[in-house]
Amino acid sequence: MTAVVMNLVVQGTRPTIPDVGVFAVAAAIILAGAIGVVVARNPVHSALMLVMTLFGVAVMFVLQQANFLAAVQVIVYAGAIVVLFLFVIMFLGVDREEDIAKEQLRGQRPLAVALVALGTTGLLLLGEVSKWTAGQPYVAGTDTGAPNVNLLGKSLYTTYLFPFEATSALLVIAVVGAVVLARRPPPGDRMTTETVLGAEVPNDAAASGDAPADVLGDAPEVEAEPAPGETPSVSPGAEVDA
Amino acid sequence: MSISASWYLALSAVVFAIGALGVLVRRNVLIMFMCVELMLNAANLSFVTFARTLHDIGGQVLVFFVLVVAAAEVVVGLGIVVAIFRRRASTNADDLHLMKG
Repeated sequence: MTAVVMNLVVQGTRPTIPDVGVFAVAAAIILAGAIGVVVARNPVHSALMLVMTLFGVAVMFVLQQANFLAAVQVIVYAGAIVVLFLFVIMFLGVDREEDIAKEQLRGQRPLAVALVALGTTGLLLLGEVSKWTAGQPYVAGTDTGAPNVNLLGKSLYTTYLFPFEATSALLVIAVVGAVVLARRPPPGDRMTTETVLGAEVPNDAAASGDAPADVLGDAPEVEAEPAPGETPSVSPGAEVDA
Repeated sequence: MSISASWYLALSAVVFAIGALGVLVRRNVLIMFMCVELMLNAANLSFVTFARTLHDIGGQVLVFFVLVVAAAEVVVGLGIVVAIFRRRASTNADDLHLMKG
């Protein structure tokens, strides 16, 4: 079995010129986008670079006959997730430049680069020297290499039916969680996320000169009451709200 | 025949490394989230490559699940970011030290 798997991995036949060209261009797009996400100073630029990477990955999926996943990648990732990111960036108004030249934590960046380089080198060496083992293949059905939406659907609704149903529960939980997190707390309700997170707000407001809660212009009545046991510092915003 | 799997796996490892570096280095919570998405995409690329190489459709099914989990994660994570931003007016991870003793 191992010999069969190894033969499949190695694949002695030579790739065709168009395949190599498409792979090279898509890989360049993916890498440029990935580096752009990390080094862009503006979060909006990061999100757009992320779209570029996602499209490149979709091209890679097409190149490996995963057509359905390529479509889902573009629709769900580029169409929904990145739009959600952009929506939150615009909603919060944080689409301003950030000074990334300043290192916040001394020695963190060299350490991070060294650790990641070490891990990546190990990973690439592992791919070079080790035998990829795959347990028991053909559990879910054989990938024939042809476009295989029907095979994917059959596997999803038979072999992986229980995980599929579990994801539906996960999505419902995520929706409920997002609603609970994002809703405005009713006045007088003290034990919400916002009141707990807002325990330090009077000090920050005194330090920065304005009340952070007024940025979105909501829930001033919650801010007016400081957490019990904490001395209410003098905050102009809080006094006006009270 | 198509490109050898090693190239896809190497590309996937490099993209994963870039994503991990972004999570470690950047301080903006939103960009850290995007770097997590980069890492998930690198894993997806590996899954599809192995699905093709080992002739097992299970890899592609797993990518499907990763997509669903990523969507749920982004929704909840951005909800948390919005809730924090309402109080702190910042998306900088260094400002979030409420649990510091």
